[in-house]
Amino acid sequence: MEEKLIKDYSSPGRRGYSLPPLEVGKSDINENLAGYLREEIELPEVSEVDVVRHYTALSEMNYGVDSGIYPLGSCTMKYNPKRNERVARISGLSNIHPYQPIEQLQGSLEILYQLKLDLAEISAMDEITLQPASGAHGEFTSLLIVKKYFEDREENRTKVIVPDSAHGTNPASAAMAGFDVVEIASNERGMVDLDALAEALDENTAALMLTNPNTLGIFEEDILKITEMVHEVGGLVYYDGANMNAIMGYAKPGLMDFDLMHFNLHKTFSTPHGGGGPGSGPVGVKDFLAPYLPKPVLKKDQEKYFWDYQRPKSIGKVHSFYGNYGVMLRAWAYIKTVGGKGLKETTENAVLNANYLKARLKKDFELPYAEESLHEFVLSGSRQKEEGASTLNIAKRLLDYDQYAPTIYFPLVVKEAMMIEPTETENIGTLDHFVETMLTISREIKEDPELVINAPHTTTVRKLDETAAARNPDLHW
Amino acid sequence: MDYISNTAAEKNKMLKEIGIKEIKDLFQMIPEAVSADDELNIESGISEMELMRKAQAQAAKNKSLDQQISFLGAGAYDHYVPGIIDALISRSEFYTAYTPYQAELSQGTLEAIYEYQSMICDLTGMGIANASMLDGGSAAAEAVTMAARITRNSRVILPDTINPAYREVIKTYGAGVDLDFVDLETEDQFIDPTQLKENLDDQTAVVVLQYPNFYGSIEKMEEISKMVKNNKKTLLLVIANPVLLGVLKAPADFGADIVVGEAQNLGSGLNYGGPYLGFMACKDDRRMLRQLPGRIVGKTTDVDGKEGFVLTLQTREQHIRREKATSNICTNEALNALMATIYLSTMGKAGLKEVGEQSYHKAHYLADKLDQLAGYQVLNKENFFNEFVLKTEKDSTELIKELLADDIIAGYDLKEAGSEGILVCVTEKRSKAEMDKLVEKLEVL
Repeated sequence: MEEKLIKDYSSPGRRGYSLPPLEVGKSDINENLAGYLREEIELPEVSEVDVVRHYTALSEMNYGVDSGIYPLGSCTMKYNPKRNERVARISGLSNIHPYQPIEQLQGSLEILYQLKLDLAEISAMDEITLQPASGAHGEFTSLLIVKKYFEDREENRTKVIVPDSAHGTNPASAAMAGFDVVEIASNERGMVDLDALAEALDENTAALMLTNPNTLGIFEEDILKITEMVHEVGGLVYYDGANMNAIMGYAKPGLMDFDLMHFNLHKTFSTPHGGGGPGSGPVGVKDFLAPYLPKPVLKKDQEKYFWDYQRPKSIGKVHSFYGNYGVMLRAWAYIKTVGGKGLKETTENAVLNANYLKARLKKDFELPYAEESLHEFVLSGSRQKEEGASTLNIAKRLLDYDQYAPTIYFPLVVKEAMMIEPTETENIGTLDHFVETMLTISREIKEDPELVINAPHTTTVRKLDETAAARNPDLHW
Repeated sequence: MDYISNTAAEKNKMLKEIGIKEIKDLFQMIPEAVSADDELNIESGISEMELMRKAQAQAAKNKSLDQQISFLGAGAYDHYVPGIIDALISRSEFYTAYTPYQAELSQGTLEAIYEYQSMICDLTGMGIANASMLDGGSAAAEAVTMAARITRNSRVILPDTINPAYREVIKTYGAGVDLDFVDLETEDQFIDPTQLKENLDDQTAVVVLQYPNFYGSIEKMEEISKMVKNNKKTLLLVIANPVLLGVLKAPADFGADIVVGEAQNLGSGLNYGGPYLGFMACKDDRRMLRQLPGRIVGKTTDVDGKEGFVLTLQTREQHIRREKATSNICTNEALNALMATIYLSTMGKAGLKEVGEQSYHKAHYLADKLDQLAGYQVLNKENFFNEFVLKTEKDSTELIKELLADDIIAGYDLKEAGSEGILVCVTEKRSKAEMDKLVEKLEVL
């Protein structure tokens, strides 16, 4: 490996920490806790400089939005404003304990309340919980709400319908909530097939889970018909908010007659992904589902904000405390900075950028769905595959050009899929550079396919053996 | 202020390339009935200067722990966070990256997670750790459902010495897959092994233990573990406090099958309850590994034979297995895991031990003083670590409230958890002067 493990910097007795001396007498720990004390723990013995150099070296082997374009479809890798980081680090907002009396926390609760109101305005939902800590957590929370709602009505509904273009988290969340998952195929235009939907719907249907625009970036033009069909059999319609960046100011899930939904603050509202997390997945519901929200719910009573625990119909808690508050602070700062008009312009530019990329790339790469798309689009590498290099190879070759790859092999309905979402924060210069790189790679495949097949060449490690990793797991030192 | 860097001229050029006249044309497919007619009813955007002023004004309405002495714990712990952590996680190559899908350009994140997994294995004594869970409560909940899948049983023994918030989260998750919970009610906030034994049967999937328990005490781990092990199919799930594992025996030494917990106290700070860090580890056993939720990083080699790291064993995960996945978890708490890794590297074996010991000695110093006061009594005096229950003659809620005026938060009001007394927590951050102040004030109240 390029940089050795931190433990390999160890030298017995070396230290990187300091604590003030203990000013109180020692209590007899050996006697009190006899049988519960460990002899030694195997942690590194390194200096502060060792730690700084090691993790700096690791960071240099990474790539973030600050490094360049990050066109992962459905992940909305937009720029993470630095001022948001600054807000989240204000000690008066961050050095607070979850069990402090609420009278001491009115400033923070007001921020959370404002965030709730803004999310409700953007989505046309009535009540919001900020408790779920990720998008999938929000999905799971929503499906538990659906389950509880039907239990309360003494209806035994077991089925959740999911389109085949949906994120894997959708069926997984439905299964965790105890539902049977029924997958329906998309039609030839990449939209929900109304006949397939009609066939799947019955009195057993608890919910349909839908992303709109869907993972192909295509807006379901029959959305009102779809929600109506589900409602007709007594089911609920759930909106996966992963693609909210495509519709802010142009459409609202509540107006599409969705009953509940989740947001991804770490996508639409610019909070950083941290190399995999933390995120935040607030859930919005229409009034009739509000009693089932996880407790506590943030409320305002005249001038005081408080947590309402008196929720007899609540599904319970999904997080130990109130969710990923630090992420909420950043999202609040973002919405304050950008404002209502700015959010609409954000969506406009996200869609403009995606369509510009699509227009420039569709000549050289197959566009499986000709339908108009919004903030993201899906290309197929099948033409290049015939010429000898797969979508995976193309993705790896992009890394050689110091650009991150799109989401690949997803959605599952497209062969050799490349799902591309540039977001609004890229400008025409970076987009053109990405296009030129893709065209170069396409040319390379024709002229020297081995070059692409054996990519990457310039990264700190080259193509890694994933099969060996899974066959003989080496999961710790 | 927005973050759009295309100029009007550039936008026009792009529209031309697309072959349309204006941006609005891109949204024509959206039916009028679902579109927002007017602008969003959200105030206009502001500058950074105005934002900072607004945020500072909100902070001024709070009273943070900078302004008072806190003995609050109960699942969120005020340990010292070295400055090195924020400096390093602020490297934007770390914090602005996504989940490491393209391994070759994400070796930094991947190697750090491998180190994190290694250190969690060291702390817990377990053979396998995943890349993180959303928080302690959800980690505990997913461990319970995992145990139910492994044992194909649905009965869960949940003593009341477990953090009540965790108990709620576990039950919420359990409702999804129809688990049955046995609420083991204890006296004096301590599990009676005989009582536990009476509740064990061959339908029991898992016994959940907290170490130290919610009230700060250390349960009779050995005795309880033996009992669980005698009940062949039942698994032992231990919810551990990782910062104390520098001093306390590893849960593996008591035969734990799965170990989870909240690692917020390893460098993440308080942040009003999140983002926190759920950790999860299990025995090195294929049957367990197959059911483990979450991402896992493994070491492998590249085409040139050079060592490197990848996300591995992904056939357990939602993006591949969909409804048959072990969990829906996708986004986790990677940056907090990095904080924990840097914390554990910085503190090292000596530092983590010293943090634990200082917390222990200070807590016992305070407990001894408080126990000597008339009208106060410390429960379970000997076997607690750094959190203890203070029984008060006066009403606990009133006492806590009165002390707020002296800039002291005496602890967590156990009435909130349906119990009695004040749960007092002492970390290495509390000074002798601060503890003496609490004693003095209580003396005169």
